[in-house]
Amino acid sequence: MSRALLIDIGSTYTKARLFDLNNLTLLASGRAFTTIETDVSTGLSKALAQLPDWETADYKLACSSAAGGLKIIAIGLVPALTAEAARRAALGAGSKVLATYSYQLTGEDINNIIKEQPDIILLAGGTDGGNQEVILHNARLIAASNLKQPILVAGNRNAQAKVANMLTEAGKEIYLTENVMPRLEELNIKPAREQIREIFLEKIIKAKGLDRVNQLIDGVIMPTPAAVLEAAALLADGTEDEPGLGELLVVDIGGATTDLHSIATGNPTDGAVNWQGLEEPYQKRTVEGDLGMRYSAPSLVQVVGEKKLKRYYQEYFSEPLDDFALEEYLAKLHNQPAYLAQTAEEINIDSLLGRLAARLATQRHVGQLKTTYTPMGAVKSQTGKDLTKLKTVIGTGGVIVNHEQPDFILAGTSYQDLERPELLAPLAAEYYLDQKYLLAATGLLAGVAPDKALALLKKYLLKL
Amino acid sequence: MTQQATVVLGVIGADVHAVGNQILAHALEEAAIKVVNIGVMASQKEFIEAALETGADAIWVSSLYGHGEMDCRGLRDKAVEAGIGDVMMYIGGNLVIGKQEWSKVEDLFLKMGFNRAYPPGTMPEEAISDLKEDLALRGV
Ligand code: B12
Repeated sequence: MSRALLIDIGSTYTKARLFDLNNLTLLASGRAFTTIETDVSTGLSKALAQLPDWETADYKLACSSAAGGLKIIAIGLVPALTAEAARRAALGAGSKVLATYSYQLTGEDINNIIKEQPDIILLAGGTDGGNQEVILHNARLIAASNLKQPILVAGNRNAQAKVANMLTEAGKEIYLTENVMPRLEELNIKPAREQIREIFLEKIIKAKGLDRVNQLIDGVIMPTPAAVLEAAALLADGTEDEPGLGELLVVDIGGATTDLHSIATGNPTDGAVNWQGLEEPYQKRTVEGDLGMRYSAPSLVQVVGEKKLKRYYQEYFSEPLDDFALEEYLAKLHNQPAYLAQTAEEINIDSLLGRLAARLATQRHVGQLKTTYTPMGAVKSQTGKDLTKLKTVIGTGGVIVNHEQPDFILAGTSYQDLERPELLAPLAAEYYLDQKYLLAATGLLAGVAPDKALALLKKYLLKL
Repeated sequence: MTQQATVVLGVIGADVHAVGNQILAHALEEAAIKVVNIGVMASQKEFIEAALETGADAIWVSSLYGHGEMDCRGLRDKAVEAGIGDVMMYIGGNLVIGKQEWSKVEDLFLKMGFNRAYPPGTMPEEAISDLKEDLALRGV
């Protein structure tokens, strides 16, 4: 019997699960508090103690979002070009982008970067053969600072050597990779993404003390969001032997953030449309730090507007929402990340917040169509991804999975829900639920046993 | 002028109006300015890369068919990224649809990063004399 032990070391819980890969069944699961502050293997041992014969599993792999996950500062030149490309590379590697900087850094920027305590600094700027001045300036400031973090340089090829010299001479730990935007509008984030993963494996795991798990298991191999993205890509594209589901969107609404992963080219579905702006990554991840169900609930309500929220409440639940109840509940959510809705009203507010988080995150993730009326008639141009024809939307994460009506929340991703006709959101997608939280686990398995990982996903995804 | 100035010339977007482009090329050459003419239906990228490749002092963009705004958005940013952020940029032709108040149109294009914008019917000589002045200030 072939078995896999797949672990998620989260910020609160360490969750371990043992799968039978022949019969595609979950054999057992265990859970304990994450103990990253002292010794992460203490919590892991407790979780493992709840599983039979885990020691002899064929694969023993973990992903982690403990100790803040993987935190990156992205630096580029023009906001819409190399700075955006650097940001996308960092997000695609499963990291949290603490901030994105463009143009010339200032001394104050450097102080802020130091305060933010990133794990990695991604330094880009200039196309190949293009601007060198700004990346050299920024490298000079970083060299003179007491930033100790690894610096990944992914800018103008012609400036790489000079940047590398400057930083190495200053005793910085540096890595070099291909430019995130070698030519205008051309996105090249794969090399940077892979290098970030490598730095994560080589350095960050150790720095965060996550290497202590190595005495028990094969190791932590990626940040949790990267595992989710891997699984989403596997599910969309399939393997050599088994077809995938095709283009899809994964929605993960958490307490603090809402993550969307689309695996789709996003090409215009209307032949007459021309695409403008930066190329879109096929595997695209966006993270909304102001949209969440607990810690970020107040900021979510602020984005929507209280008036509108009440209007929606009336519309969906056919009764008014009390001012005081809302305020009180929001304060509770912000301060108690583990709070579970009790009253019917609280449950309704939760449903509504979930739907709105999905809606706003979709608004920001998808592309838009702009129509310009010219003497030649209407001319349409698209920026970002066109997901109108996308057929599969998958909900994951505690909020959606534990909800009584997950499809109510997922409907927030639909074109009809966005109330903005220019946005290219799915018109008629089918909704699925990651009911057994398999995405991160199968993402871990995707690298070593892709067919099994895909089979598990297909077996347990619940069609709504 | 100590060295010969170089201008990249072209008609941006999906615009095929070729006559003005030819006239401008001719007028610039007459004025002893080197012309790199990338012709009609030129993309932003082609403008920037031609300027980069030839070390041009200026980019002259024509737009005749009315969607100059859409076609030119982000052009200056691309020049910055490509390392030629301070290249001189002029635009002329029929920049917007129909007749609109020129000062507003001009403002729009200056805000987009053009150094100068010209209303319909501008004679090439006017812009050439501006160019010579602008470049002289930069010591070209
Ligand atoms: C000939 C012509 C065509 C020909 C072009 C043939 C060709 N390959 O060149 C054809 C039939 C293909 C055509 C098609 C269209 N055309 Co037409 N066309 C004209 C016309 C009649 C003359 C253009 C011309 O050659 N002028 C002579 C040259 C010398 O002048 P110019 O182009 O304006 O350029 C001078 C100045 O503007 C200036 N200049 C230009 N660029 C720059 C840049 C700088 C930096 C500077 C300093 C100066 C400068 O210097 C130039 C030289 O003196 C004009 C009307 C007109 N009288 O201008 C309409 C006109 C330009 N066309 C127009 C339209 C609407 C179209 C179409 C959309 C029609 C359609 N519905 O299909 C299509 C668009 C096709 C496309 N994708 O581009 C409109 C544009 C409307 C607007 N902007 O508000 C115009 C103004 C007609 C009108 N009054 O409605 N067209």
